Amino acid sequence: MSNHICEKCGSNEAVMRLTQIVNNEMSTYHLCETCAAEKGVETAPEAANFPLTDFLAQMGDERGESDTTPDLECSFCGLSFKAFRETGRLGCPHCYETFESHLRRLLRRIHGGVKHVGKVYLPPDPTASEMGKRLEGLRRRLHRAVDSEDFERAAELRDQIRSLEPV
Amino acid sequence: MSDFSTIPDYGLSWLEASGDHADIVLSTRVRLARNLQGHAFGPRARINDREAVLKRFKSAVEGTEGFATGSLLEMPDVATRTREILLERRLVTRDLLGEVGTTPALGTAVHLSSRDPVSVMVNEEDHLRVQSLLSGLRIEEAWRLVDRLDEELGRDLPYAYHNEFGFLTSCPTNVGSGLRASVFMHLPGLVLTKEIGKVLQGLSQVGLTFRGLYGEGSEVVGNFFQVSNQTTLGKTEEDLVDHLDKVARQVIQYELQARQVLLRDARGVTEDKIWRAYGLLRYARSLPFEELMNLLSGVRLGLSLKLLPGLRVYTLNKMMIFTQPAHLEQAAGYDLSAPESDAQRATYVRRILATEGEIESDEDQSDETTPSTDPDGR
Repeated sequence: MSNHICEKCGSNEAVMRLTQIVNNEMSTYHLCETCAAEKGVETAPEAANFPLTDFLAQMGDERGESDTTPDLECSFCGLSFKAFRETGRLGCPHCYETFESHLRRLLRRIHGGVKHVGKVYLPPDPTASEMGKRLEGLRRRLHRAVDSEDFERAAELRDQIRSLEPV
Repeated sequence: MSDFSTIPDYGLSWLEASGDHADIVLSTRVRLARNLQGHAFGPRARINDREAVLKRFKSAVEGTEGFATGSLLEMPDVATRTREILLERRLVTRDLLGEVGTTPALGTAVHLSSRDPVSVMVNEEDHLRVQSLLSGLRIEEAWRLVDRLDEELGRDLPYAYHNEFGFLTSCPTNVGSGLRASVFMHLPGLVLTKEIGKVLQGLSQVGLTFRGLYGEGSEVVGNFFQVSNQTTLGKTEEDLVDHLDKVARQVIQYELQARQVLLRDARGVTEDKIWRAYGLLRYARSLPFEELMNLLSGVRLGLSLKLLPGLRVYTLNKMMIFTQPAHLEQAAGYDLSAPESDAQRATYVRRILATEGEIESDEDQSDETTPSTDPDGR
């Protein structure tokens, strides 16, 4: 959707496409941000699904950034902001930090807010999981040693495992 | 060779027509999108990312208490037709399989628990999609199932989580709870009474959205609508789930009212539609899938209205799933052209109706109930 003029006010540039079903007839409008907000479509399904990429495509332009400012790029996965605007998909968890200010606006627009209030995630205890991994590795080696009848090695490994295992 | 012997319930328990309002709500699905720290999301993940994610998932699921027993199917190892059957049973998505005619990417997999109707797609758009698919309207139950598995996996897996934004996902429309709950509803009454537009518009005003048979972007076929939450951030999982449940029950009430209107104002036409649909299904020699879906919609309505005694919802559910192309090819044992497929579909439907859906002629009953002098008629 490039360079549509808002069909409601007739002056601003349209940034989203609103699809409505009235009496079983589907109709599509191009709207500017103000008129879209007036119609209360902030959290309507179309606002998120349909014109997400359209909205994304406009995001930089509104701020006059796309031509003048260098393209932001995620240092972890290399996704450029331009590529995100085109696909609507982020590349990795770090992208959320790299593009945070843009995303904040976008998330508010899609979800009506930016604060997660659901399940709180507590990351696994790193020491416990490191230990677990180490033990797992040792047990695997023990199995292999037993399989190959290297009983001396197996005894060593068994002692190591015993010393690490929680009592 | 088929891998189906290893799949719990053959992945079909959601067809059993067991939950609330199973004639109107075919199925309920709840899924959680989760990603692991340190790896690019699905679309940008490299082979080593995907393999590492799969490996971590395997070891995490083996360490769970209730979900370790099950089948892990790695998509590249699964025969093409079997993959398509998994897709037709809604256990995997096209996104996971990749384009038709290509081999799925290394690391793509689905884990199907043998204890509960809960599964995990690995390396789809997000690293993990934990989902439960149940028969009938059972949103709360589906949520509890995925929540429990997610809790167990999260104890071992380093999820990508942001203090403010919540669970991070490839698409910003899933971030936060990562939860999408959907119910698959059959709403012919609202369509025939032309009230459906109002209802769908109403859904969008309360933060819900709808899709057709095959999810995002697909058309509505056979009066089946998939209704789901639109937003995932800023509400608790319980609120999202309760809200969809309440609204779905309200939509069911509207649908039931619409059906009463049909019976009151247009009983003759409605009965004719239903019996014509049944007649075509019973005797047609060629049935394209879309036509079948529309006919099944008529027959399903007839069953709900108790106009077609002796038919079971389960029989109709089976007819929707086993008549899809890969299922027909599996039954035939070879690839089918489109006309062959349509013929096989008609044969399957005739056979099922002959064994499970024979209906006694009810001429007398119909005559008695012809509503020309209905006192409530307008």
